[in-house]
Amino acid sequence: MGLTRLLALVRKEFLALFRDPKSRMILIMPPLIQLVVFSYAATLEVRNVDVMVLNRDSGHWGAELTSRIEASPQFHLVQRTDDPAELREAIDREWVIAAVEIGADFSRDIESGVTAEMAVILDGRRSNASQIVSGYISSIAAGLAADTPAGQRLATVRVGTVARNWFNPNLEFKWFMVPGLVASIAMLVGLLVTSLSIARERELGTFDQLMVSPLRTHEILIGKVIPPILIGFLHITLFILAAVWIFGIPLRGSVIALYAAAFFYLVSLVGFGLFISALAATQQQAILGAFLFLVPAMLLSGFATPIANMPGWLQVLTYVNPLRYFLVIVRGVFLKDIPLAEIIAETAPMAVIAAITLPAAGWLFRSRLE
Amino acid sequence: MTTLRRGRVRRLTALIRKESFQIIRDPSSILIALVLPLILLFLFGYGVSLDTSRTNVGLVLEETTPVTLELAASFQNSRYFDVTVGHDRREFAEDLVQSRIGGILVIPNGFTADLTAARHPAVQVIVDGADPNTANFVQNYAAGTVSTWEAQRAAERALTATPLLVQQRFWFNPELKSRNFLVPGSIAIVMTLVGTLLTSMVIAREWERGTMEAMMATPVTAWELLAGKIVPYFLLGLASMSLCVGLAVFLFGVPFRGSILALYALSAAFLMPSLGQGLLISAVTKNQFLASQLALLSGFLPSFLLSGFIFEINSMPLVIQYVSMIVPARYLIPSLQSVFLAGDIWPMFLRSILVLLGFGLVLFAVAIRKTAKRIT
Repeated sequence: MGLTRLLALVRKEFLALFRDPKSRMILIMPPLIQLVVFSYAATLEVRNVDVMVLNRDSGHWGAELTSRIEASPQFHLVQRTDDPAELREAIDREWVIAAVEIGADFSRDIESGVTAEMAVILDGRRSNASQIVSGYISSIAAGLAADTPAGQRLATVRVGTVARNWFNPNLEFKWFMVPGLVASIAMLVGLLVTSLSIARERELGTFDQLMVSPLRTHEILIGKVIPPILIGFLHITLFILAAVWIFGIPLRGSVIALYAAAFFYLVSLVGFGLFISALAATQQQAILGAFLFLVPAMLLSGFATPIANMPGWLQVLTYVNPLRYFLVIVRGVFLKDIPLAEIIAETAPMAVIAAITLPAAGWLFRSRLE
Repeated sequence: MTTLRRGRVRRLTALIRKESFQIIRDPSSILIALVLPLILLFLFGYGVSLDTSRTNVGLVLEETTPVTLELAASFQNSRYFDVTVGHDRREFAEDLVQSRIGGILVIPNGFTADLTAARHPAVQVIVDGADPNTANFVQNYAAGTVSTWEAQRAAERALTATPLLVQQRFWFNPELKSRNFLVPGSIAIVMTLVGTLLTSMVIAREWERGTMEAMMATPVTAWELLAGKIVPYFLLGLASMSLCVGLAVFLFGVPFRGSILALYALSAAFLMPSLGQGLLISAVTKNQFLASQLALLSGFLPSFLLSGFIFEINSMPLVIQYVSMIVPARYLIPSLQSVFLAGDIWPMFLRSILVLLGFGLVLFAVAIRKTAKRIT
């Protein structure tokens, strides 16, 4: 008996979600737009930047350095100038991110074996990008230094570094971003659908009808929980397919383990969503509540910036964030084929979160009814 | 003539008063205009940091000689690394897989012999490519540490002077704190939330409830009606911005080197397209739910992603770079960061202000047309 009632309710929820063009829209359009825009736009790589060279040196080495900078594939436009005021203006107005200043004695110093100096001026307003640009320029300078007479004498003992990039040989940023999106977009959709479900019925007045039906309270709750979980699985599946086939990201680990972890992830999210739904009186409040949860959850998850960079007290707060754990699992399963033990270790906290949020939401829901 | 104008002024002030009461009474506007900005600012001030301050790395000494110990010491003294020393790379493999460390530095067997025989020895830098940003930093800093060590050695043995010295000068933000540019950037996001999200939702609610039509039946003209709506939200936007600037300067210690005039001129200019967009969204959707979704998708997300706030626009595919040109925040954020960190750069600010006002004009014109059509 209970099961048929439950199935009927789940069916009704799905019909309500997919028949309403508005909610159909939030299920399909935003996730797709986000996947595309995020995957291509959200990159911390630095390419195609413009730089400026102020060369006061009339000798060979200044010209050589300038032409090596111009030949670098990392830079889009290399402007030359003779005027320090122009250099200042170009940096001030963000026309260039960096400027290289070569002094008048540059070639003479190099040829006479004295340490030659060059200055790199970088825009600290974009300190992350400019540090990377500074790395590019330093390696061009190191290449030039090795070719100088003094450098060639030194080269007999030259020590280098050999880079080995595990899991992502070309350090492609997409390989980091797209698996993260599988987790975070599923959160966005799952949470919005759940938090709106009860609020919408309240606003439309159909909630009272549901209450006088033979359904028991816990059945209503279960009926409200199942559709968002299924929709979450649908999105996760779609995004995994897109990640593998459109973005060409390797899927190296166990898909079954990924789905098992995804179940706990979605249940813990739905717990939060139901909580918001029980608190909200209107759809507008539900949307704002969801937004208020989603923004911190995204920023404090390791999705874009590492948790290790946060202050200690804020790191503690990330422990209640399901996305934090699922991100490790998704990225791990995609790129690293992490061992099952680690998947379980990251899944357990999500199960604990679900075991707290779901009953709490149920309790709040019931107490708001009375 | 004068009575007509006086009537107009009276109607407008009455409308603004009514609207202001509504803002104060409505919990959601307080939430968006005060609580959300505070949360966002805290998150960007404390939570989001791109400063790879110290990365945990494993250092593998496959051979222990005076030379390798010396090199190991310079890794240990580096301000970029927290080093754990081992003698076998397998000790650290699992740590790297589980992201407990950002990289493994291996000084290989035969390093000393290769060095004395001038056979180009190399330190291996194994990084976790699953986190490309950290991986890049570890590689750069490891290479930097090795070449510094090498230069010192050469100088000590008086072999020759270092041929080339690169001086780095980071203008405006010499400590390289990412907070210094993230916090000013997040103020633009806050103004987008107030201007676009809040405005579109509140006006859409009026359409939904039919109070908009009720207002139309009064002698108020469409222009006055919209002005009455816009002025309070404009002021609210500026108030939100002022709150954020206060926090940025006094709590987060972000330097403020420009002028208050430039700050308010830029912010006021930015609120034009932002409010225009909110108005347009509400007139098109006439529905709170759709309005909020559209506002987030066309306002919040582009301001966040396509404005140069965190992600470099130059590095994006060309198509997305073109799309970013119609994102108002793209014109505000560099100027806002400059007001804080660089000081007044008026040629840059004036250009931003002109572009923003242009966007505002277009959006308002379309929004008013849409609203006027709704009435007839």
